[in-house]
Amino acid sequence: MFQMLDIGPLELNVNGEKRTVVARPADTLLYALREHLGLTGTKNACETGDCDVCTVLIDGWPVKSCHMLAVEAVGHQVNTIEGIKGSPVQTAFLAKEAFQCGYCTPGYIVTAHALLTLHPDAEDEVINEWLAGNLCRCTGYQEIKEAVLMALGR
Amino acid sequence: MGAVGTGVPRKEAKDKVTGNIKFVGDYISPGLMHARLVTGTYAHALLKNIQTAAAWRVPGVKAIVTGKDCSFLTGAYLEDRPPLAADKVRYYGEPVALVVADSELAAKQGAEEVRIEYEPLPAVNSVHDALRPGAPRIHENLGEYRRVKPVFPETNSNIADRVKVRKGDMGKGWAGSEITVEASFHLPQSDHVAMETRCVRAEIAPDGRVTIHSSSQAPFVIRKLISRYFLIDTGKITVIVPAVGGSFGGKAAVQLELLAYMASQAVGGRQVKLVNTREQEIISSPGRIGLDAEVRLGATKEGQLMAAEITYLVDGGAYSDIGAVMTKSIAADCTGPYKIDNVQCDALCVYTNHPYTTSYTGFGHASYTFAIERTLDMLAKKLKMDPWQLRRMNAIAPGDTSPTLTGLTTSNLGDTGKCLDRVKQLINWDEGQVVTGQDGKIRAKGLSALWKTSSTPTDARSGAILTFNPDGSLNIGVGAVEIGQGSKTNLAVMAAERLKMDVGKVHVMMEVNTHAHPEHFKTVASMTTFMAGRAVLEACDDIIHQLLSMASIVLRCSPEDLDVAGGRVFLTDNPNMYVDITELVHGYKYENGNSIGGQVIGRGSYIMRHLTEMDPETGKGNVGPGWTVGAEAVEVEFDPGDFTYKMLKAVAVLDAGKVINPRIAQAVVMGRMNMGLSLANREGLIYSGSGVVENASLRDYKIMRFAEQPQYTVEFIETPQIDAPYGARGLGEHGLIGMPAALGNALSAAARVELNQLPLLPETIWSVKEGRP
Repeated sequence: MFQMLDIGPLELNVNGEKRTVVARPADTLLYALREHLGLTGTKNACETGDCDVCTVLIDGWPVKSCHMLAVEAVGHQVNTIEGIKGSPVQTAFLAKEAFQCGYCTPGYIVTAHALLTLHPDAEDEVINEWLAGNLCRCTGYQEIKEAVLMALGR
Repeated sequence: MGAVGTGVPRKEAKDKVTGNIKFVGDYISPGLMHARLVTGTYAHALLKNIQTAAAWRVPGVKAIVTGKDCSFLTGAYLEDRPPLAADKVRYYGEPVALVVADSELAAKQGAEEVRIEYEPLPAVNSVHDALRPGAPRIHENLGEYRRVKPVFPETNSNIADRVKVRKGDMGKGWAGSEITVEASFHLPQSDHVAMETRCVRAEIAPDGRVTIHSSSQAPFVIRKLISRYFLIDTGKITVIVPAVGGSFGGKAAVQLELLAYMASQAVGGRQVKLVNTREQEIISSPGRIGLDAEVRLGATKEGQLMAAEITYLVDGGAYSDIGAVMTKSIAADCTGPYKIDNVQCDALCVYTNHPYTTSYTGFGHASYTFAIERTLDMLAKKLKMDPWQLRRMNAIAPGDTSPTLTGLTTSNLGDTGKCLDRVKQLINWDEGQVVTGQDGKIRAKGLSALWKTSSTPTDARSGAILTFNPDGSLNIGVGAVEIGQGSKTNLAVMAAERLKMDVGKVHVMMEVNTHAHPEHFKTVASMTTFMAGRAVLEACDDIIHQLLSMASIVLRCSPEDLDVAGGRVFLTDNPNMYVDITELVHGYKYENGNSIGGQVIGRGSYIMRHLTEMDPETGKGNVGPGWTVGAEAVEVEFDPGDFTYKMLKAVAVLDAGKVINPRIAQAVVMGRMNMGLSLANREGLIYSGSGVVENASLRDYKIMRFAEQPQYTVEFIETPQIDAPYGARGLGEHGLIGMPAALGNALSAAARVELNQLPLLPETIWSVKEGRP
């Protein structure tokens, strides 16, 4: 296991590229992505793991980046909203008007993109469970549900 | 080539689904300094001593600012708030100091090392506590505070403002009332919970120019206040607001901007970023008012409303800010959209040792609407009358007057009755308000009507500057902020309609820059489409005039013979004779090089018309250009065994005047309905006995989550407001206003008990039903 005792370089694999960041052992992945790599598509909204706005994919699975240290991401594939291009989820969010201010949207897109990849046949119960962690204050959630169903081809 | 009414996607849509859109906090720079708030840990206490020595020892800390460093008080109507607490703290979470450091971490560590000694004072923990004789005074010098706008604080009390509405003759009203009903209500304070917490950057250039970047709905107010308090010419201040990550009224308040300026000043003008943690967002920055209400209604046996006597006690928290303005707004619309000839309303903005408050979606209307609409259902019960019928027969109509005696017309009011009729169909009211299923579960419906006018300042204004690109596409320059409501797109739609051009060729920018864009009052009150829309249309007409006059020379005809459409100016009687606007918009050049006309620049402006302040004794006055009326309903499935319930359906029918963009209008109204149900179903700040907020995190302060929402239906009727752009009334926040009341009425019917408080948790229903306190 990679050990980190002091500030130092970390090699991260982000959106298919190898990137080196100089981080503290206590820097969260969220902090490293935004402040060191300028990947500001991933947003910060609570830093307590209660809103899922900062969700990124680790080896294809959604993870709250405020609850993961940058050092823990070493050796894993990190994918952020900037690495998700042309996903059917994005098309569906556009078609269904499933966002307003756009602040929580990257978290939804990333989560739903993983759902699409890992559970292409997801039933309602699975969809609801997967998305129950993401908070949105602008929409009625109904349009987000419609968008996810559309992306799943339903 | 009609654009209005067609459903145009948001201009910034692609940027939002790819994470490309930039909010204030997304600016990353190694030179940026970071500030962190130190906040008070008592709801009411004297500040005895602030020790900063340990904080100064944290490597990277460059400055520490405390209340001693700022000598002014601030406030929207009444200047009662020090930007940093000086002698005492008046609410839990109040900013006391500011630590500035060269990294976010150092600022945080420094803030944790600031030691504050307090001498606790008894906390005023409710509006009733505040009004009790002998209650602790929250503001000892209330009488000495500067009043910026009409506001009536009462010295030696905890009353920041008192607004009176007197209409008709109460003696006559009560004499004519055969049935009366009265009830009291309690609604707690709550929070906006915009997903983006408030964030500011400030810098001061060597020549004194100030630049503020803020997540704000009010860039022009920031400019004014920075100028007022720091004695800087407004021309030397630039406020820049990019897209905002949700605001719901909360970001119309000016708070962190003043602190960020002081932080920058403390480090020699370097750029400093100040961002709220979620906890600070909930408690330190202003939230939503609480409301205690007493309502007494009188009616004839047939159900005609004769009299309303109302007391609204607004829990504005420790400072008046916009709470005082909302008190006025609540009083002005106090009865809801009903014809009542005899009205007496006293609305008080009351100081408590709770977090202070500011505007919130609905501007206080959801709170009083809960009280009025619940009372109406109680009245209907007493009259043995259908609650829908009671509303329908008393629905306010053209020819009536508002509580502040504004004459109502089809144009300024719209059609409340039609909204009620359609809601009745959509919720299937005739099936019966309460239906018990075979499993013992109870399906019940609740109704609410609603109305709201703008309550903007009498001189609220907007402006627009329109320019062209060489390809003939148009740029819209306005000072209205994009907060998720889709206003920029709506303005593009209206410009495309007026200039008969493809909306794809109308460009908007998310950023507002006070230096470059004409002043827009604030992006609040669902007034952007109205105010900025009027300005944009005037600017379009200005452009048309310029294009026609230039083309009349080129085409050797009178301007009256010409029309503009599809990127051409042409002869109305012979469209084959035309000049392409790309040849005109930067001046027309003849073959020999002679040029005429110059750049086409459209200029438009708008200022509110015929608005007046309310009379201090009677409330008489005209507080907005028009109302938006509507009706809403909610259907629940209630389990009488454990008092849990599911929200099955929610319906809204609003009189939009004209729907400019159905896609965005539907989405925005549905979102506000969701927020209203979340508010009513579970939200509220919880205080300890000493006024400490106990749920200042998203773990403890719950909002509605995915899959908890009911099935939403949103419909519009269109009674044009003649002075509004294309007839479009204010639209957006209205979706929220009737939701708490409709839910309260549905659950009261289901549980057969009067539920007159929020939030409506199963425990609330249980405790009311069991008669527990």
